[in-house]
Amino acid sequence: MITKIAWKNIWRNKLRSSVLIFSISLGIWAGLFLMSMTTGLNTQRISNAIHSGLAHVQIHHPEYIKENNPKYFINDTTKIYKSLKNTKHVVSWSAHSNYTGMAASPTGGFGVQITGINPKREQNTTIISKRITQGSYFKSEKKNQVVIGEKLAKKLKVQLNNKIVLTIQDTANNIISGSFKIVGIFKTASSRFDESSVFVNRKDIEMLTGNNALINEIIVIADDIENVMAITHSLLISNPKIKVRTWDEISPELGYANELMTIGLSVFILIIILAMSFGIINTMLMAVLERKRELGMLLSVGMNKQKVFSMILGETLFISLIGGPSGIIGAWLTIIHFSKKGIDLSSMGKGLDSLGIGSVIYTKLDYSMYFIIAIIVILTAVLASVYPSLRALRMNPAEVVRQN
Amino acid sequence: MSLIISQNLYRVYNATAVPVNALNGVNLKIEEGEFTAIVGPSGSGKTTLLNILGGLDSPSGGTLEIAGNDISKLNGNQLIDFRLKNIGFVFQAYNLIPVLSARENVEFIMLLQGWEKKEREDRAVQLLEEVGLKERIHNKPSELSGGQQQRVAVARALASRPRFVLADEPTANLDSNSTNNLLDIMSMLNKEEKMTFIFSTHDQRVIDRARRVITLEDGQIKSDIIK
Repeated sequence: MITKIAWKNIWRNKLRSSVLIFSISLGIWAGLFLMSMTTGLNTQRISNAIHSGLAHVQIHHPEYIKENNPKYFINDTTKIYKSLKNTKHVVSWSAHSNYTGMAASPTGGFGVQITGINPKREQNTTIISKRITQGSYFKSEKKNQVVIGEKLAKKLKVQLNNKIVLTIQDTANNIISGSFKIVGIFKTASSRFDESSVFVNRKDIEMLTGNNALINEIIVIADDIENVMAITHSLLISNPKIKVRTWDEISPELGYANELMTIGLSVFILIIILAMSFGIINTMLMAVLERKRELGMLLSVGMNKQKVFSMILGETLFISLIGGPSGIIGAWLTIIHFSKKGIDLSSMGKGLDSLGIGSVIYTKLDYSMYFIIAIIVILTAVLASVYPSLRALRMNPAEVVRQN
Repeated sequence: MSLIISQNLYRVYNATAVPVNALNGVNLKIEEGEFTAIVGPSGSGKTTLLNILGGLDSPSGGTLEIAGNDISKLNGNQLIDFRLKNIGFVFQAYNLIPVLSARENVEFIMLLQGWEKKEREDRAVQLLEEVGLKERIHNKPSELSGGQQQRVAVARALASRPRFVLADEPTANLDSNSTNNLLDIMSMLNKEEKMTFIFSTHDQRVIDRARRVITLEDGQIKSDIIK
């Protein structure tokens, strides 16, 4: 019956209880939704970076990392390819011949990263081929084709089928130039990548340098980001002389953003929980003070303090158990919806592009977060009910029972 | 053996710089089955005496024995338990639980005592019949008149089969008809079930019906008349 009284008590003032339930629900919904947006945003940022060329794992000659010089190439690529083929969790890989060089048009020249690729293998490893906005991705077998980013095309003031001159320094430090026809223009989520990346067929680099294109980078895509360490260990065991690095080693800023996001979200959730607990304390305190005489009667007739405490705790829990799950369910439905449809933030797309995120955010939240939030809500409700309950228990029944 | 024996009962309040002697050496014996009114002007100590008899307040001095128990020796939880098992309360403002029906209000005390559901329901219905509210057992307090609410409060006070009922100005908020009706019921319960009633009251109609009238003044018994 104490449970029944507690349940009925919360509906004595329907408006007040409803407002509190709605606030709890809204707070939790907002918290979870923001978490999902931030998680989605960060996941997209990492994913975009990984699939635009960063990859899950990169393999280099140990010295290449220090100097970024093409003379430090990977010696035994055949052995590494074999290892990659036999390594669990590896989905695809692509070998790169990287050169830092210049891209020039009649109107100007800019420093770029020129990457010699095998287009077929690259297509299975990065998303550049899927981000072509004009032209195609090395469809024909013609020589000296180049695929460049949209932003670079704008800077060079060139269009599809125009020619640009690529200048590189070979391993013997000779400056070599070649004219390349723009066959494709791409646009990824990162404008910085788009203005500094140029892709050519590795065979054309070979023609330009006059010797076999030297592989100085192999990028590897894993089946899951969680398996990156397993791949790294496996590759290092079979190829101890190479340098194998994971995505977060290469781009630590992506990992820092993740950590920063976790801290930010924790603070945000803490604020929501604090606001929720003050709301509960305030409402329950009002409810207790309004019912002084009744509580005095209960204590007078022999209801012990534990039962009075349980009753007030029950009221708080009921409110939280309505508000909490409705907020969680609401958030779950919203997150599911926007995880498929995405949130179009194209109005601020430029800013997001420069962060490498893209203008459509797909919400994402781990199921464990729903569980953690549910537990936090219950714990908050229990803690928030302590002060109002203590106020009730401190009452002198003989006094309050006579109050009007 | 007397139901209540108080000897040289004192209650001093030190809330202000000058201590107030609310009770000033009260010696009192109340037997089972009494129908007693405690009267006196405001500030005479009626409420203090009733609070101490009900275990809601502790005396500053003297002894108080209820049903053979020295209640001044009981701690907080023991006092709560003692009240639950031995004392029925009727308050001036009825103090029913507004969210429960009349029957549930009566059942509530029995629930606290750990009665079985069927027993609780049967006794609650029986008591409500005795106080003339058979037709109103499912009504909530807000759907009952003041007199009816006070009758529910009487049924609630009797529900746990207490040793006695303390009623603090039970008729203060009632009209004449309701007052007479309530007094008839309490008088009937006193005679038929030998239930002891102790009232604090200003109401002459209650004083007229009481069989013993104790008058307090300045915390002392001024007169004790058994009719």
